[in-house]
Amino acid sequence: MDEIVKDFLIESNENLDRLDQELVRLETDPTSKELLASIFRTIHTIKGSCGFLGFANLEAVAHAGESLLSKLRDGKLVLDADLTSALLEMVDAVRRMLREIQSTETDGENKYPKLLEKLKRLLGGASALPVPVATSELLAPQPATPSVGAPSTEQETPPAKKAEVAAEPATANLKYGPSRGKIGGILVERGRLRPESLALALQEQERGDRRRLGEILTALGLCRPEDIAAAQQILEARGQDSTVETVRVAITLLDRLMNLVGELVLARNQLLQYAHAGQDGGFQALSQRMNLIATELQEEVMKTRMQPIGNVWNKFPRTVRDLAKSCNKEVRLEMEGKDTELDKTIIEAIKDPLTHLVRNSIDHGIESPEIRRRAGKDPTGVLKLRAFHEGGEVNIEISDDGAGLDVEKIRKKAIERGVISAEQASRLQERDVFKLIFLPGLSTAEKVTNVSGRGVGMDVVRTNIEKIGGTVDVQSTFGRGATVKVKIPLTLAIIPALIVTSGSNRFAIPQVALMELVSLNAKEGVEMVHGAPVCRLRGNLLPLVHLHRELKLAEPPPSDVLNVVVLRADERLFGLMVDSIHDTQEIVVKPLRKQLNTTKMFAGASIMGDGRVALILDVVGLAQRAGIIAELKDKLTGETAKEQQESAHSKQMFLLFAGPGGSRMAVPLDAVSRLEELPTSQVELNGNQWVAQYRGKIMPLVSLDWAMKERRARRRDTTIPALSSADSLQMLVCNQGSQAVGVVVERILDIVEDSMTVRYPASRPGVLYSTVISGSVTELIDIPAILVSAGVEVENAPVAEKVMEKAAN
Amino acid sequence: MALTKQFCSFYLQGLLFGVVLESVQEVYVPLEMTRVPLAPSVVSGLINLRGQLVTAVDLRRRLELEPRQEGMESMNVVVQVPDGAVSLLVDEIGDVVEVDDSSFECPPETLPRSVREMIMGVHKLEGQLLHVLDTQKACIMEETIDR
Repeated sequence: MDEIVKDFLIESNENLDRLDQELVRLETDPTSKELLASIFRTIHTIKGSCGFLGFANLEAVAHAGESLLSKLRDGKLVLDADLTSALLEMVDAVRRMLREIQSTETDGENKYPKLLEKLKRLLGGASALPVPVATSELLAPQPATPSVGAPSTEQETPPAKKAEVAAEPATANLKYGPSRGKIGGILVERGRLRPESLALALQEQERGDRRRLGEILTALGLCRPEDIAAAQQILEARGQDSTVETVRVAITLLDRLMNLVGELVLARNQLLQYAHAGQDGGFQALSQRMNLIATELQEEVMKTRMQPIGNVWNKFPRTVRDLAKSCNKEVRLEMEGKDTELDKTIIEAIKDPLTHLVRNSIDHGIESPEIRRRAGKDPTGVLKLRAFHEGGEVNIEISDDGAGLDVEKIRKKAIERGVISAEQASRLQERDVFKLIFLPGLSTAEKVTNVSGRGVGMDVVRTNIEKIGGTVDVQSTFGRGATVKVKIPLTLAIIPALIVTSGSNRFAIPQVALMELVSLNAKEGVEMVHGAPVCRLRGNLLPLVHLHRELKLAEPPPSDVLNVVVLRADERLFGLMVDSIHDTQEIVVKPLRKQLNTTKMFAGASIMGDGRVALILDVVGLAQRAGIIAELKDKLTGETAKEQQESAHSKQMFLLFAGPGGSRMAVPLDAVSRLEELPTSQVELNGNQWVAQYRGKIMPLVSLDWAMKERRARRRDTTIPALSSADSLQMLVCNQGSQAVGVVVERILDIVEDSMTVRYPASRPGVLYSTVISGSVTELIDIPAILVSAGVEVENAPVAEKVMEKAAN
Repeated sequence: MALTKQFCSFYLQGLLFGVVLESVQEVYVPLEMTRVPLAPSVVSGLINLRGQLVTAVDLRRRLELEPRQEGMESMNVVVQVPDGAVSLLVDEIGDVVEVDDSSFECPPETLPRSVREMIMGVHKLEGQLLHVLDTQKACIMEETIDR
């Protein structure tokens, strides 16, 4: 791609992100000259550049938006919700086209006629009136919009300039170079120059006077030279503020730098070991200095990868606005700690979970204005985002002053769903009850909306946050609101870790999972529960795991003292028995080849101070292998559920949805890994298959309608019927091995539990059999069969079959 | 003009093997290796090659030859494959050989399937055969997972 086009894309994308926020802010403060000017500039720049680069469609859209904005800027139109929506739509269109340019280097076929029409219509409302007189006429009957900042300058603009604005709104302001315009602006602002005089001078320049504005003003005796000098200084000061010198650097280069610094840190560690061993004082001093420099360098390079969390949050004002509108709620977004910095990789990783939490808060947390009024609350709900550093971690809180979580309702739901038994539920502390909402399949929402409430989300939020070594916690007061607290590490590239050994093998354990170190007497400290070793830790039993057994290493010689590392995985504590415990070190995480890590026991590897490689243990993987976490899941979802299932005709969770032609269908919930809604614009054609980009991969889409037809009845077109009619597609994402497949359904209805006592043979392909779920006849869909019939390769059919078998039994 | 190719050759159990010279990053004497518990048996371990983490593959095991005896000398040939560098453990390093395309022949059908996919064919040299190794295929280590 052309260097210029690339630059254009980077710059424009950044500008567009800012534009979204500015437009939303403008809606609350419609007369802000500053905001309007900034928005206008951005769009104007895009328009100008794409005209130059030859993207005609993009230019047309940007031009229409610009015309509208110039009306707004000149006070001929006042921003309202309609206008904001139209402008946001324009921004979206521009963004889509930029994406198009990114992938195809053209701005696409879509000329956005509807959008252009709309923009023109909104524009037409104002420009139909004769312009110079209309300005005051239009402003007069709308006293609701007093422009406080510079009230009169607009009207006092002399006719020459105004006429020009009217005739060519797009370029009028830019004919006067920015610095010339600015110096005049400052003078007027400070009351040192009358606007008429400025216009006169500008006109002078227009006529071909090549002198600088200041010179003209002085020559005409309109302004004192010292005022001009002062204005010049202000201008320079402003310039310095706004343009902190920056350089664009490719992320790959930073990554490379990071790697090299990592190597340097390792070399330094080795050097220090030599220095400590030796007697040479000079060498020791030198290595100390080297140590300091390397440490500082490491910190600084880490900083280059740091980005303020605001980069993620910046999308939220728009999200919140759109969402609140669609839910008919009033929500005010407050953000605190926007500058809190995080490693880039982490920023990427928390984007989705945070968005989900924000959506959750608006959809379920904050009530509608009427309910809030009845409850004696301000009709406008407050959604607050807060970020701050604490103890080497970043804390992010998402709190709302909505309805809060109903402990009893969650308890009831959890018992209903067989997640816990009634007896267990009564014993659970409030705090632990809240934790239940992070389990799959547990939604307390009364109804499933297209925003959330399908009971899949919070589970995913938790998994994603834990994947990057973070934790998530909920606090809530019923009726008062809820706060979700997310804690995440600052960076993933260099982590503090505890070094332990088993035989001659060294392993690193990430500090985040580490709770404490315990030394046990081998004879008295360990007790057995039916052969499983445990120890007592402050009165509670702690399950023990032998590292060498889990890793199939040689049995160590017996010793009197046992070293136990107490670890936390998934909120569960366990003790890891190791041969010896060494110090903690900052280690550089290097990824392992997937093929080496089929057992998920290692989180990576690191090169130690002595140049040897140590493997980093994945505490969660280890706990899973040792059965610690599976045990917990069994406890919460399995055992008690099993007991209940046996007594009540093996109840199972089903996902109900409307299939082709609205017919009622279901799949077992375990066959579905996620529910998604994708805008139809994201659906692309790959060969003769419909696909969508999903989490960085290409996901084939399967239309139930098509897959369920008799083979001979199919035509070769693979149209997804909903594509033409709907804005977005609802789909069940099913994982086949590592491949995600989207099964497009008409509408997702609910998640229910039922025992399926009735069975009726299937009437068409792709259906296991018909049954009665929640009182209505429902077809149970055979997902693997559907995928096979749709030609999607089923990598891991046995697993899928097992799921279905389970469903069938 | 005949097309010629250059191979980096090495010996395994007396057999002459070759990998395309361009794919070879370097050849080095054995370094300290870190075992990876639970990894496929063809993986000997991880090597720190000047800060680069390299997986070492025991080619004898991979090619289903006799296992290496304790204390037997070995050499490492580091090759580049699409997802990084892999070190191949071999018995002894040979010369760089230049061969003509005309001496190439496909492997005989009698070769076991599992091995045949790794051996692209042989070049008939004077007095011996040069087995052409498909490095990409040889670096796939999924097979046996020692649980």
